[in-house]
Order: sequence, then structure tokens, then C-alpha cells
Amino acid sequence: MHELSVAMSIVESVEEETHRAGGSSVSEIVLEIGILSGIIREALDFALEEAIKGTILQEADIRIEEIPGIAKCSSCGTEFRTGDHFTICPECMNPYTDIIQGKEMKIKSIKIAFK
Amino acid sequence: MCGTCGCGETDQISIRKPGENQEHAHSHKHTHDGHNHDHHHDHDHAHSHQHTGDHHHGAEIQLEQDILQKNNLLAERNRGFFEAKNILAINLVSSPGSGKTTILEKTIEKINKHHNLFIIEGDQQTMNDAERIDKAGAPVVQVNTGAGCHLDASMVNRAVKKLNPDEGSMVFIENVGNLVCPSMFDLGETCRVVIMSVTEGDDKPLKYPTMFETSDLCIINKTDLAPYVNFSTDKAREYALKVNHHLEIIEMSAQNDEGTEQWISWLEKQTRQ
Ligand SMILES: Nc1nc2c(ncn2[C@@H]2O[C@H](COP(=O)(O)OP(=O)(O)OP(=O)(O)O)[C@@H](O)[C@H]2O)c(=O)[nH]1
Ligand SMILES: [Mg+2]
Ligand SMILES: [Zn+2]
Ligand SMILES: [Zn+2]
Ligand SMILES: [Zn+2]
Ligand SMILES: [Zn+2]
Repeated sequence: MHELSVAMSIVESVEEETHRAGGSSVSEIVLEIGILSGIIREALDFALEEAIKGTILQEADIRIEEIPGIAKCSSCGTEFRTGDHFTICPECMNPYTDIIQGKEMKIKSIKIAFK
Repeated sequence: MCGTCGCGETDQISIRKPGENQEHAHSHKHTHDGHNHDHHHDHDHAHSHQHTGDHHHGAEIQLEQDILQKNNLLAERNRGFFEAKNILAINLVSSPGSGKTTILEKTIEKINKHHNLFIIEGDQQTMNDAERIDKAGAPVVQVNTGAGCHLDASMVNRAVKKLNPDEGSMVFIENVGNLVCPSMFDLGETCRVVIMSVTEGDDKPLKYPTMFETSDLCIINKTDLAPYVNFSTDKAREYALKVNHHLEIIEMSAQNDEGTEQWISWLEKQTRQ
């Protein structure tokens, strides 16, 4: 369950940024999670729910924006959408492609409140 | 961090050498309201803050920050240490029981004379693997992660300080047996090596692509058992390369000493790079 570590890292970073900016609580968190990042959405939702309890994030509205996967063919260079880690190039049928988007795990933005 | 309740507690993790006593036994009792966080945030930050809106009502801050930034920064610090000391650091990952410790025992037996080897063992519980390594004759530190299912950069940072590896040595980090979680945590290693054993089935790379995608070398271990378990090495290779066509592959039977020469050559090639 690495989602718990991920959730804890989110809480820690957001707490730190909020303190730094002089805020007292967090009203919104926007995350960007690539569909190939290895994060299971339901597990992250559950872990976050637990992790924010008793923190300045507990009232926050958490939005997760999914980033679609894009692979690039190592032979002909074609870029195409993909939902998994091993797709064949639709142009030249080469099985060796690299994921160039979809592995992101980011805190995009937060909204904080001041006392 | 405490992997059980996520309370931010770190003293559940123990890091020690064979024969050393456990400094503290952490009993898992805490109240979950009003946590007393005591974090040491001792790294430099470089991010731009964009405050918009009225400070009396609230503000939006654009972060665009990697969620695992803290781990990644500390991993880079470990990497800097290894580079400065000319150390080859190898992160060994696999499912439980694929043969990581056995491969390390063989490696120590074969090359401990002309390269100094240092080992970090990661397991949820017990000193068993550290004791095996100690017997094999290499300096070792055991990290027990408790409920944690992977090593992270800060555990490795602490373990390395305790291990104090020599300049020009090799440091092997045996991760917690788990094919999912360790793939996301950079430890600052030079290379990542994933081990799959034939008893796990040849479609492992398709089922756990992230681990194979982030590794530099794949060892297919226990080939001596292949005839008994209907394992196709060709298929395993094909699947592994499908997920990561940069992956190098070595077939091995650590028990029968097959493929170990190839592994040693691979290691020596990495020290020259
Ligand atoms: N037949 C056979 N057995 C092996 C081989 N390599 C390891 N084993 C056996 O597999 C079992 C597990 O090996 P370990 O080296 O402890 O595996 P590990 O990956 O370190 O296990 P964890 O640390 O618990 O994740 C032991 O009984 C080994 O003797 C091999 O090449 N062939
Ligand atoms: Mg082991
Ligand atoms: Zn896990
Ligand atoms: Zn192509
Ligand atoms: Zn706890
Ligand atoms: Zn804190």
C-alpha cells in the first residue's frame, strides 16, 4: 500500500507550504496523477481520507486530475495515447515504445485560508 | 512515517547491525486526534510562490510539485554521496523469496576479495537476512520497516551512515520483497536490478510493469526449476522487453551457480561506467 506513503507525503508538503505562506487551513488541493503512475485511485482516496484527519487539510476539497498516457515509438517516432505500459506502435507495429506521459504524480495547486 | 496508521511516527523503523540490541521497541499506541508532529525539514527549497487573491480570505498557490519531492531530494543526496565516493550502489527489488539474499551470498563469495562489498538489508521484520550476510562475510546493516512495504531514501541515508562504506566499494541494497511499492521510491542507487524467479510465472513483467520499467537489469533466477514449473524463458524475455526495451536480462540459478559469472561481469562493467 504505497498509496499511504504517497498520501502522507502530500499532507506533509501541503502543511509545509501552508505554514510557509502564513495560512491556517487548506480549502482545496488539486493533484495531477498520471494513469500509468502506479497509483490506484480508490486506494489513494482512502489513504488521503485517513491521512488528512486531524490536520489543517481535513476540510479540504481534494480534486484529482488524471493525466492520460502517451507512448512514443522507438522506431518511427509516432506518439499515441495508451492505457498501459506495453503497446505496439499503431503505425509500424514495433513493440518497443517508451512512455512519455502518464507517470506524473504532482501537487498542482492548493487553496489556503488565513485566520 | 508510520505505515500502519500514517501518523508520521518514524521510531518504528529500526536500523542495526547483527548482534546489536534494538534501541527501542515501539508499541503501537497513539491517539489519532491532535497529532504532535515533530518533523525535521532540513532541506533547501526552491519554488516560486504565487499568491493571488486577498490574504484575509484565502489564496491559491500554484505548486506543480512532485508528490515524492522529499524522497527524491534525499535520494539525490544519497546519489551525490555514492558518486563522490566512487561507489556503485545497486537496489535489488523482487517479490518475496525470489532469491535476493541468495544472490548476494553468491556475490560475496565470488568478489568480496577484489571489491569491498557492503550490504543494506530491508525487511519488515527480523535480522535473518543480515545474519546470513554477516556469515557470508560482508559488513551489513539491517533496516526493519515494520509495516512499511518498501525502503525509502531516508532509511537508506541513515543506513549508509551506519554502514560507512569504503571509497570505491559496491553497496547492495536489498529492498523489501514487494513488486509494487519499491518501484516508486528512488533510493539514490546507481542501478536498479529486478529479480524474478521461474516459480512466479513468466508473465510477471506484464502484471507488474512499473518495476520492470524502472529497472536496468532483470535477473531470471531459479532456472534449475524451470522444467518443473512450465516456465518459458523466451516468453519472460519477450514480456520484459515489451515493458522496457532497454532492460538487460541475465538467466541465473543462484543455487547451482549458473549465470553468476555473467552477473559479476555486468557489475564490473557498471563500475567502469
Ligand atoms: N531451486 C532454487 N532455489 C533458490 C535459488 N535461489 C534461491 N533459492 C531458494 O529460494 C528461497 C528464498 O531465497 P532468498 O534468497 O531468501 O530470497 P529473498 O528474495 O532474499 O527473500 P525475501 O528477503 O524474503 O524477500 C530460499 O529457500 C533459497 O534457497 C535458485 O536459484 N534455485
Ligand atoms: Mg532476502
Ligand atoms: Zn505498499
Ligand atoms: Zn512506430
Ligand atoms: Zn503509528
Ligand atoms: Zn508536519
